[in-house]
Amino acid sequence: MADALTELRQKRHALRVRSEILFAIRAFFRERDFLEVDTPVRLPAPALEEHIDAEPCGEWFLRTSPELHMKRLLAAGYPRIFQIGPCFRRGESGHLHHPEYAMLEWYRADADYLRILEDTRALIASIGRHLQSLNISVPAAFEREWIIQAVREVFRKWAGWDPVIAFDADRFDVDLVERVEPQLKRLGGPFVLMDYPAPLAALARLKPDQPQVGERWELYIDGIEIANAYSELADADEQARRFEQCAARRRAAGHTVYPLDQHFLEALSAMPAAGGIALGIDRLVMMYTGHHDLSTVIAFQEHERQD
Amino acid sequence: MYSASDLRKGLKIEIEGQPYAITDFQFVKPGKGQALYRCKMKNLITGATLDKTYRAVEKIDKPNLEERDLIYSYQDGEAYVFMDSGTYEQIHLGDDVLGDQRFFLVEDMEVKILFFNNQPIEITLPFFIEKEIVETEPGARGDTATNVMKPAKIDNGYEIQVPLFINQGDRVRIDTRTGKYADRVSKGF
Repeated sequence: MADALTELRQKRHALRVRSEILFAIRAFFRERDFLEVDTPVRLPAPALEEHIDAEPCGEWFLRTSPELHMKRLLAAGYPRIFQIGPCFRRGESGHLHHPEYAMLEWYRADADYLRILEDTRALIASIGRHLQSLNISVPAAFEREWIIQAVREVFRKWAGWDPVIAFDADRFDVDLVERVEPQLKRLGGPFVLMDYPAPLAALARLKPDQPQVGERWELYIDGIEIANAYSELADADEQARRFEQCAARRRAAGHTVYPLDQHFLEALSAMPAAGGIALGIDRLVMMYTGHHDLSTVIAFQEHERQD
Repeated sequence: MYSASDLRKGLKIEIEGQPYAITDFQFVKPGKGQALYRCKMKNLITGATLDKTYRAVEKIDKPNLEERDLIYSYQDGEAYVFMDSGTYEQIHLGDDVLGDQRFFLVEDMEVKILFFNNQPIEITLPFFIEKEIVETEPGARGDTATNVMKPAKIDNGYEIQVPLFINQGDRVRIDTRTGKYADRVSKGF
């Protein structure tokens, strides 16, 4: 018991940085006329993703992301919305994964993934200024020049193949982890991987002039993935088709197939063109405190609760 | 068979007929991608290291490992003879398995020997053993400093560093994990 309290006391600085970052995020979005929203945590139909498993909760599931409800708000005419809240992913546990984690998502109507990138750069700068105003030092990684490169360029350079011309999902994941991410870590600082092969952009719009590429980017800081952004797909038929394909792959792999969220699919036809993003708060706080292990910034870890 | 989700630091697995221990382990899951399990491991026989990434669907062989408690009996030429106190079976081990541990064997000592497919591959001694110092420069009387060291030999010729106050005939405790002097057990005459 005493040890657990000592461990909590040792997180004093990390928890303060976390609190200040949350404050800075809320201030940033308020200044830009965003509405903070809350959407359900427990739901009957979590978003279908091939490799994301939802934690069952009674007859329903805990959300893996608030994305579908956020898009319903967009469709109802809320043009700028953000949310900070818990998300859950079954079986994800490690230095950079915790089965319960805090996610920031924001969406902008009449915008695309490039506008979201502008927001992200401004948000990171704003958080840095806020921390510095409190004499909390900001790691050098955040002061570095942002590097923005296309996924296909990065893969040609470091993995020796072009995943847009000849997509191979399995090889993509392994090479990303074994060849690309170590290079991003070596380079350090913020790195944006732009324009993913279309099969890896399940809820994103395809590039109008290049349909084999989806309008998706991911932000890495020091080689650690922090955020994922899309130009949101607003085509209900196309979205339903992609969900069906995903459901078939999950079924074939023996994974639970969640029901389709019909409310979401119906709303999608009314949704304006929009950009959106999901950003991992715990990882961001971890980077600001100079650690590479989530346990340093999460007050209560799951394994502790199971003891 | 193990599933990829069983992998963790310290687990022993088999790859292409060789036993490995996982020395470093990381769960990774890129973007919207599949879960991957990155392992660094060490071959339990050769000591060679290996990096390998497993996918969630992969199965990993379980090595046929058995750890047995044996008693060290005696040295027979190049071999060291251990006995199973239940079956009286004798096991002969050479330098290849024992390495420097052979210097720390004491008669009737209980040891743990790890067998892979019934071949002995690794020995674990008690953490501390006692040995007599058979050769060292005379120590300065009254000098109880423990930070100044000098060389000393134990009965089988193995050389350790001991504090200045240790004399020939003293019995000392040695940490078998590091091969270093721990403390003095008793003074010689």
